[in-house]
Amino acid sequence: MSPLASEVREVIVGLNDSRRERRMAWADRWNRQPKAFRISLVVLLIAALYVVPLTKPPLINTPHVDFVSLLGTSVVPFVLMALGLNVVVGLAGLLDLGYVGFYAVGAYVIGVLTTQHANLPWLVALPFAVLIAMAFGVVLGAPTLRLRGDYLAIVTLGFGEIIRISAQNFEWLGASEGISGIKRPASFGPVKFSALENRWYWVFGLTLILLVVFLLRRVEHSRVGRAWTAIREDEDAAELMGVPTFKFKLWAFAIGASVGGLAGAFYAGKNITIYPADFQIANSILFLAAVVLGGPGNMWGVIVGGFAIAYLPERFRFLQDKRYLVFGIALVIMMIFRPQGLLPRRQRAAELTRAALLPDASDPLAEEAADATVAERRDDA
Amino acid sequence: MRKMMRVGMAMLAVALAATACGSSKSTSASSTTAAGSAAAGTGVKCSGIKIGYLGALSGENGQLGQNMVDGANIAIDEWNAANKDCQITLVKSDSQGDPKQATPLADTIVQDKSIVALLGPGFSGETKATMPKFEEAGLPIISPSATNAQLQNNGWKSFHRILANDDKQAPAVSALIKSKGAKKVGVVDDASEYGKGLADGVRKDLGALKVADDQIDPKASDYSAAVNKMKAAGVDYVFYGGYYAEAAKLVKQLRGAGVTATFVSGDGALDQKFVDNAGKDGEGALLTATGAPPNVNPEFQKKFNDRYKKDPTLYAPESYDIVKIYSDALSAGKQDRKSILEFLGTYDKPGVTKQIKFDSKGEVAGDSVYSYVVQGGKIGGQGIIK
Amino acid sequence: MDWTNFVNTFGDNTRDGLALGSIYALIALGYTLVYGVLRLINFANSEVFMLGTFGSFVGLWVLDVPQIGQEKTGMALLLTLAFCILLSMAFSGGSAVVVELVAYRPLRRRNAPRLVFLISAIGASFALSEAVGAFGAKKRDTYALPEILNTNKRLFSIGGTNILLRHFVVVTAALILMVGLNTFVNRTRLGRGMRAVAQDAETARIMGVNVDQVISLTFLIGGLMAGGAAFLYILYLPTTRYNVGFLLGIKSFTAAVLGGIGNIRGALLGGLVLGLVEKYGAGLFGGKWLDVIAFIVLVAVLMFRPTGLLGESLGRTRV
Repeated sequence: MSPLASEVREVIVGLNDSRRERRMAWADRWNRQPKAFRISLVVLLIAALYVVPLTKPPLINTPHVDFVSLLGTSVVPFVLMALGLNVVVGLAGLLDLGYVGFYAVGAYVIGVLTTQHANLPWLVALPFAVLIAMAFGVVLGAPTLRLRGDYLAIVTLGFGEIIRISAQNFEWLGASEGISGIKRPASFGPVKFSALENRWYWVFGLTLILLVVFLLRRVEHSRVGRAWTAIREDEDAAELMGVPTFKFKLWAFAIGASVGGLAGAFYAGKNITIYPADFQIANSILFLAAVVLGGPGNMWGVIVGGFAIAYLPERFRFLQDKRYLVFGIALVIMMIFRPQGLLPRRQRAAELTRAALLPDASDPLAEEAADATVAERRDDA
Repeated sequence: MRKMMRVGMAMLAVALAATACGSSKSTSASSTTAAGSAAAGTGVKCSGIKIGYLGALSGENGQLGQNMVDGANIAIDEWNAANKDCQITLVKSDSQGDPKQATPLADTIVQDKSIVALLGPGFSGETKATMPKFEEAGLPIISPSATNAQLQNNGWKSFHRILANDDKQAPAVSALIKSKGAKKVGVVDDASEYGKGLADGVRKDLGALKVADDQIDPKASDYSAAVNKMKAAGVDYVFYGGYYAEAAKLVKQLRGAGVTATFVSGDGALDQKFVDNAGKDGEGALLTATGAPPNVNPEFQKKFNDRYKKDPTLYAPESYDIVKIYSDALSAGKQDRKSILEFLGTYDKPGVTKQIKFDSKGEVAGDSVYSYVVQGGKIGGQGIIK
Repeated sequence: MDWTNFVNTFGDNTRDGLALGSIYALIALGYTLVYGVLRLINFANSEVFMLGTFGSFVGLWVLDVPQIGQEKTGMALLLTLAFCILLSMAFSGGSAVVVELVAYRPLRRRNAPRLVFLISAIGASFALSEAVGAFGAKKRDTYALPEILNTNKRLFSIGGTNILLRHFVVVTAALILMVGLNTFVNRTRLGRGMRAVAQDAETARIMGVNVDQVISLTFLIGGLMAGGAAFLYILYLPTTRYNVGFLLGIKSFTAAVLGGIGNIRGALLGGLVLGLVEKYGAGLFGGKWLDVIAFIVLVAVLMFRPTGLLGESLGRTRV
């Protein structure tokens, strides 16, 4: 390694260290506050999340499109998708490139059940959407989860396409015309879900997001979550230690799929028209970008990532058809300067710092770099 | 994908032999209208009235939307010149033709109460996605280009369109093919809402004449499986439902494989770019459209030419007509969404493209479908298909 | 199921499947080589291919080849072809090296997780195709290219199936490029360096292999193959577009996995099998099921051979 590069690395490692210290100091200070204060602050923060976006705050507001409508049409589905995909990719470490398939399943179940095929209300159809998506997760996962890494990636991508093309080919699913006239969630009292009322979509969507976060946190901190961590870090070791890896991988797939189904159901209830073309591979890639951009494994991070991916292209509408060019460049820059994501999992952040010092057995190139650093450090000492 | 027909700008360059006697009739009628409405409009008083536009202005179909805005701007300027005390503006929203992008844009439009009527939405997909909002807001809608045959069946009171839908086009296509004495016809589509919808109509109308059909993926570029199927079936006509770029590739690949069947396609392929891309392989191809040809009205053609230095582009005459209808409403003192919508129900006047009268579903009366043939590297009009 | 059509089109579909499969195989090399050495999905390879097709486009534009007819002959034809293939390879090879420098190398230096490489590659892929879409002469429209030679000329026929010039050229050229590459990797010093890094980067470094240089070289070769594929593609179907790489890239990656990723012969086999499966499947079930059949075959193969038809290569076993 060139002397310059190693110097740069020293600076980065140093930066990470001081950043970590700063964060520890903050966490410390936070924990020392009275419990009542902490709870009220969190409540206030959540209340602000509900209300502030509805006021279309300047700077954040999207000048050309209705911001509140955007929240329901793309932000909520994207955040939910990022949360669901995070279970698969961020927690269990399985690369899924066809995650949009479950989004499609959720949306199509709502589409089929709330239109002429069954005419159920949206809310009654919702559990079906979630459960059927989950069933798809299990059915697709069972034969494929024995594959590893990139093989799994291409197979899931294939399944995503198979779901989309099937929707496009079956007349019963509306073929290319998709399904229109989908029912919105029922209104009651002042809570209205209509073409003109977008506010309650945000309130409802945010509630769903918080609910999903709450449930996923429970899972993450349970035996299942620990099993996922073990699988992600080293599948063979986990298997040797008696973790039934296949079972837990299937769980990750099923839970991720059900959240995807929920996102699709919400999308169908907001957009009331769905097309096979809404579920192209490119969407899977954007969902994955949301997870990695936000910080895989950290739910707050992927929420920020999902928001960013859904919101930024609309915020930068004035760039017109150069929006995605800028977006692509921004992705590369983000990855180079913040590979751990915007809000990384603490563990992951630590790994990235530590990795520069300790050899990582799973990656030969990392090993090379790490060894070099260690050697240099030894020289310094 | 979006249903619509994309026909391009270069078509303007096409010199059309004015064959349709129908078009010359509407010409003389509409010249009086234009003059009449301008005179009637003088001195109308209003303030801050806007007309919305929703459709593609950038992206792959951006040119089509630009055509609509070009046509509309002529009518807007005519109105503003004649009515100093009632200046109107066109508020443009660029959806790129994508239903997902159109939805939040539609929210912005319905919330701006000064927008009293809408030109658009451009494509059928975005129309389907946004109409429930417009319907609920009671915003008068006239689309210059959405031709999906199901749109009128949703019970939307505010929905109107100014050209015949695809259900009118498919029988015309079959009639055209049958009139040429076809024995075996192959039908191919691109799985898009527009292409498949039109092709399915043609399949139904052709009945036993259709001996082979297939579908291609427009994102791919090698269509040899479909080509081989047509070749094996020995077809003498091939109908393709889809857009010009793939139509050009398909016809080239058909010819490359030695299939000499006459190539027929709908308005999605009616574009000079189809001719340019297909080169000599496109010669003799038959095309159909519900949109009016550039020379549908010589007076409008001249106005358009004077301003943009080119012949009217696809959907520009329709868009001009739509703004004219709205200006007539303003002249009649209808200046809010509700009264303009009521006004549309009673409207019956010649425009530059046709006599304009909407039925209860919002469909325009009359169902002219025009046919065209590719000859010598140009698209030539052949008049209305009987 | 349309057996009549399957039988009637069998010959033609075999021919077209092999031709398309050859193009898949060449693009698949870009994925497979990088995967073999770095174990990364080089997602931007599809745009590297796309830029290669624009290389030929620029070549034809510079030479002012007329749009229709007027085929060149003799020396002029050879020079035109050579110029175009060089430009295609230069565009593709150059962009592959640049992508590695800009989107991968900084991440390798920072020892980033593999997912980050994937997203960075996706970003680069977006940026490249959108740049062509936003700033190219025809923006997002299709570019129809002039036909340099009459590729529809019938050469010979086998059992009633006409083999045209374009089929012959595409399959032959692809085979020559693949054999050349195989020889390079197995017989030359640089090739040995590649295999060494693929087997064990750390040991290779200690043994004096310049790892960075080998990685650049790998990207360059993958890019050159994609450039070759781009040129053949232009001969075969003379059109291109800013997003032409996306679907072809996914198919080629599928082909690489099907044959055994990281394995050069696997890429060839995977490409040809995928091309044939697509054509036969479309003949039997109709074009609308084409991709579904391709992916089902992929899943079925991976069920029984989890590392592809020929397995992973370059002496590497999975950690």
